[in-house]
Amino acid sequence: MSEIPADVQAWIGQKRYELWGDFDVERGYVFTSCSSVMNGNPLFWDEKAAQEITGGFVAPPTMISVWFRPHNWSPGRDEGAVPLQCHFDLKARLNVPEAVMTDNAITFYEPVRIGDRLKTHQVITSISPLKETKLGIGHFWGLEVHYENQRGERVAIETYTGYGYRRKK
Amino acid sequence: MAYAVRTLDGIKPGEQMPELSIEVSPTTVVLGALASRDWRPMHHDKDFAVDRNGTRHVFINTPHNAAYFERFITDWTGPYGRLARIKFRMKDSVFPGDTMVFHGRVEKVEKDATGCGFVDLSVWLTVGDKTTTECSARIAVPTAAGDNPWARRGDAWNP
Repeated sequence: MSEIPADVQAWIGQKRYELWGDFDVERGYVFTSCSSVMNGNPLFWDEKAAQEITGGFVAPPTMISVWFRPHNWSPGRDEGAVPLQCHFDLKARLNVPEAVMTDNAITFYEPVRIGDRLKTHQVITSISPLKETKLGIGHFWGLEVHYENQRGERVAIETYTGYGYRRKK
Repeated sequence: MAYAVRTLDGIKPGEQMPELSIEVSPTTVVLGALASRDWRPMHHDKDFAVDRNGTRHVFINTPHNAAYFERFITDWTGPYGRLARIKFRMKDSVFPGDTMVFHGRVEKVEKDATGCGFVDLSVWLTVGDKTTTECSARIAVPTAAGDNPWARRGDAWNP
């Protein structure tokens, strides 16, 4: 494991992995998410309340990343796909087999509505020099994920801090 | 469905939010991983989590953590509450067998230049006497009965 290669440094600030979600925002996953945390907010369960307050059903704002997570398997794909590809690119190129996310921030703009098809891209914003923590030795990195809807309206910007590391022997 | 409606005129800095306590089981962790379409094995395979990640069990993933914070906050505001920003730092993982307790406090109450009412919150998650996640959130609430932050679009919404 060494310092940061020049080609990896060059990734910082680049717009990468621009793509559309594989499927439309749909209520089934909204129910699954709400159920997993026992979220009874009527915006997601009660049509009358949703109509009155948000003009129809919306998705929970914090579900934003869910709409871009790849299927575990899909026809014609040989390798497992991963969400947040920049994170996994950094793990591979910086030779750090383990990684965790330490910070996450999301700013919400236009509501995500049932039936929307969302688009995203990722930006690596920073990579730290090697740092030692209780988990091991590795790099911290910053990532931004930008989201917009099919009308070109911004719906969210998400930022992550990741720490990729090699465990101490 | 009946629901609470918190308005800005009834919220003061220093107000404590009602605590929320959740017993975490392996099912809790797996439900959240599947709901967030996170198939990575450290969130459903204990052997992988222990042997590869060096953790003591599978653990709650980031989007699931975010979903719990959203639920905790909007349980308090009611459905007119519109999240503007949420930021959290996971200092430690949450595992099966843990009891998560969510806590929150109002830090600031204000109207922005467009008249939108915002509440800034400190929210934190504890397991035993340890704080595992610290969170700050900004949420819009109606300034008074009849106002609706969800109706704001474009320049009238400044999260």
